[in-house]
Amino acid sequence: MDALATYALRLGDDSLILGQRLGEWCGHAPALEVDLSLTNVALDQVGQATHFLGLAGAIENAGRDADALAFRRDVMDFTNCLLVEQPNGDFAQTIARQFLFSHYQALLFEQMARVKDERFAAIAAKALKEVSYHATLASDWVVRLGDGTEESKARMVAGLDWMWRFADELFVMDDVDAAAIAAGAGVDKSALRAEWDARIDAVLADATLARPASRRPVLGGRAGHHSEHLGHLLSDMQFLQRAYPDATW
Amino acid sequence: MSDPSKEWPLWEVFIRGKGGLSHRHAGSVHAADAKMALEHARDTYTRRMEGVSLWVLPSAQIVSSDPGDAAALFEPAEDKVYRHPTFYKIPDGITHI
Repeated sequence: MDALATYALRLGDDSLILGQRLGEWCGHAPALEVDLSLTNVALDQVGQATHFLGLAGAIENAGRDADALAFRRDVMDFTNCLLVEQPNGDFAQTIARQFLFSHYQALLFEQMARVKDERFAAIAAKALKEVSYHATLASDWVVRLGDGTEESKARMVAGLDWMWRFADELFVMDDVDAAAIAAGAGVDKSALRAEWDARIDAVLADATLARPASRRPVLGGRAGHHSEHLGHLLSDMQFLQRAYPDATW
Repeated sequence: MSDPSKEWPLWEVFIRGKGGLSHRHAGSVHAADAKMALEHARDTYTRRMEGVSLWVLPSAQIVSSDPGDAAALFEPAEDKVYRHPTFYKIPDGITHI
């Protein structure tokens, strides 16, 4: 797979894995309304994944469509960042993951909506409206839980503490990013960091929460070096297509 | 764990289907505050392009008529058929009447 296809694949994998994770809340959220909120976000992410994986398959031009890429790759072939595969934990931990990732996605798609390659720009422009809402939704919950009861605050702090070490990976640039920028499709993610920090800090201040201490970042997702959690997620997500290839109903 | 849907107050949700129409009651959601109520209303009731504008208001703020007063309130209108503008011919092609 060439660099541009890989670039689309990474975007698709991020959305796909987060969508699958959020889908695990279906029927289990703290309230019916929250159940719908989380699964709405999940469906938005799956929609983005469909577009980006479809684009990756089209650029690769080897006969693989979005379904083939989603359901017929093994764990080492997934290129999503480590943040999105982290377990849901409690509701606050899920919100912490969404908060960090949605603000990143909003900044990323703001820029990508303006790139020269119309295929990437079009998907980003559509997704930007979705992820802007996700960022607001997650931020509101961070404030509500952080500035809530003693227990909700402790859970929010613990959730952010779990997710924080995976945030740096979002902004790491490599050869694939450079090639995508050269091709008029990519975004300089390292340039998004300052604004991301500002947005995150503003919400944390509102939530009366301290910014988690910097820790050694955990990297490797883009190269297929995943946590143990991703394999379990895939065994669920891919079961049907592995047990009954090409099944339709 | 306690059930938030029982602790959170109820909010009534009104949706404007499209520009020019009035807001109509769509249902209700549980939420701890106004902002959450709007987000829950959006996520619960506008997933299929039902609306372009949302109102939420605390259900407790609604003042309703007493069903016991229904006879005095509503039945006197029953024989005032002249209050209906049904004696006019409506031209063909007029909608939204």
